[in-house]
Amino acid sequence: MTALQAVILLLVAGGGLAVVLVRSPLRQALVVGIYGLTLAVLFVVFQAPDVALSLGAVGSVALPLMIVMALAKTRSGDEE
Amino acid sequence: MNPVVRRLVFLSGAIGVALLLAWGMTGLPPFGVYRGPYGDVINRSAIRERHTTEAVGAVVMDYRGFDTLGEEFILLTSVVGVALLLRTARDEEERETPSDEHPGTVPITDAVAAIGLALIGPTVLTGLSIVAHGHITPGGGFQGGAVLAAGAILSFLAGRYVLFRRVAPTHLLDPAEGSGAAGFVLVGALGLVSGSAFLANVLPLGEAGTLLSSGTLPLLNMTVGLEVAAGFVLIVSEFLEETMAVRRKGER
Repeated sequence: MTALQAVILLLVAGGGLAVVLVRSPLRQALVVGIYGLTLAVLFVVFQAPDVALSLGAVGSVALPLMIVMALAKTRSGDEE
Repeated sequence: MNPVVRRLVFLSGAIGVALLLAWGMTGLPPFGVYRGPYGDVINRSAIRERHTTEAVGAVVMDYRGFDTLGEEFILLTSVVGVALLLRTARDEEERETPSDEHPGTVPITDAVAAIGLALIGPTVLTGLSIVAHGHITPGGGFQGGAVLAAGAILSFLAGRYVLFRRVAPTHLLDPAEGSGAAGFVLVGALGLVSGSAFLANVLPLGEAGTLLSSGTLPLLNMTVGLEVAAGFVLIVSEFLEETMAVRRKGER
């Protein structure tokens, strides 16, 4: 295992922990996006660029967006 | 159940899982060792058989194209499901309180709007490039389609709800989503028509590494790209319509 691989593995582990530890759902959406980005970098480092591309798009754009929109929907319902 | 018993139950379970996990991990192959023969076979034969330099794309769209067809329809089904659910709910709401106002713009800071606007062009171009080169370099219909959808969504982030509606009109999104999925089946049917198997790569293979190569691969990438982009944008716009409708209702 190279140093780069070790570093990115640690980053991903830290990112996963951060996602779990953040309690506010809105902030969690942001953190999960950054976590998705580190995961995409991990796949690049481990020579899987195809997976990295999918993950970059889904993990750092689609998933946080879905969370934010679901939150927007539930919150705007609360205010009524 | 008091806290002590609860903790004991949890601890015994956790220790059991940890032991099983540790036991399982000792049986894993060493780091970086690939044991399966499949990948090596594909790596050796993909360029020769399919004239594509992207072995992953050859597996996804060609050797295992039928699996991808199933995945396409999983996506289609979920998009249709979300759209159906949200549209029915919205129809009921709007019948009660018909809205006459224009869809309002959400408050967005100048920085977000500027960055969003600046990123639209590059994002869309990147998406198109990833779809178009899906049979030459890493990427393909799914990845490129998702990036394309992100481009459309950026136009909303830039505070241009009207622009978002214009680049993603609902009456075009529905047919685009459907024809993306149908296109995959049609390209597959090309194989049947030419007297071979469904999804057989029957088109001329061309020269490996050029844009017009790999037979049906680029076509399939385009259909998948269309379906994924339309599907993502459709879901997002349904959610947006939803929050906009609620917001309009709140303002009155």
